[in-house]
Amino acid sequence: MKAAVLVFPGINRERDMARTLRLISGRAPAMVWHADTELPHGTDLVVIPGGFSYGDYLRCGAIAARSPIMDAVRAYAGKGGLVLGVCNGFQILCEAALLPGVLMRNENLRFICRDVYLRVERSDTPFTRGYNAGQVVRVPVAHGEGNYIADGETIARLEGEGRVLFRYSSPDGMIDPNWNHNGAINAIAGIVNERGNVLGMMPHPENHVEAAIGPTDGRGLFAGLVDQLAKAA
Amino acid sequence: MKARVTVTLKSGILDPQGKAIEGALRSLGLAGVSSVRQGKVFDIEIEGGDRAKAEALLKQAADKLLANTVIENYKVDVLG
Repeated sequence: MKAAVLVFPGINRERDMARTLRLISGRAPAMVWHADTELPHGTDLVVIPGGFSYGDYLRCGAIAARSPIMDAVRAYAGKGGLVLGVCNGFQILCEAALLPGVLMRNENLRFICRDVYLRVERSDTPFTRGYNAGQVVRVPVAHGEGNYIADGETIARLEGEGRVLFRYSSPDGMIDPNWNHNGAINAIAGIVNERGNVLGMMPHPENHVEAAIGPTDGRGLFAGLVDQLAKAA
Repeated sequence: MKARVTVTLKSGILDPQGKAIEGALRSLGLAGVSSVRQGKVFDIEIEGGDRAKAEALLKQAADKLLANTVIENYKVDVLG
């Protein structure tokens, strides 16, 4: 795995992400500054981490999405390269039109910082091959704008094409408003693009990978990607 | 030239912030407000005096950055 973690002004989760990538892949990722115009040669995973890029000014991720590096990311994704956007990274991918829809203010207007349960909807993708379909994982969220919204046609397409990879659920995998902390349509927590190579998700799997700290349910996502890339190599 | 771009949420898009403001107005005792939706105003100074060029530039600015056209509408007013 030759990962590249993008860093925009105001991003604050890049070090957690880099640590997780190093722990699980065995190789420290390249840290790529937003003003660069090229990704490192041979990059096979681009990660856009969480934080408050540009202070969430204008709209979350709006300004970061228009950074020079995003043209390179767009070209790389266009050729099928894997992209993972977490939290602010998901917002940036939507603003960059690499994913449909938009993340809006949490329904109860509160910044929510706690563990949630996610149902993994399918396991036959590069991002979820480390899990079983229907498996429930526990990962933390920390966001004020995670309420995924898209028009009816887009939602129907996402659902019809199996492009929702993670949903907020109860601990035993039931979809229930009481377990949807931010009001996202259909409890959508993470989606992929049409081609399936770009994933955006609001929760932080990179923070649940070390037993010394807590649950390790986040490992499966990264370990699965390492597997996927080793196979492809 | 002075110009103003107003960005508002498309109808049908939920606006919890607007709702919160509605509730706050009510608790201040200001009755009769049936709904509030929050938008944004950008006051922009354009170089030169060509009105049509200014409008075109501002439309581009709105389409490319100021508004997220998935959920927002915008209005461009060149004030001269």
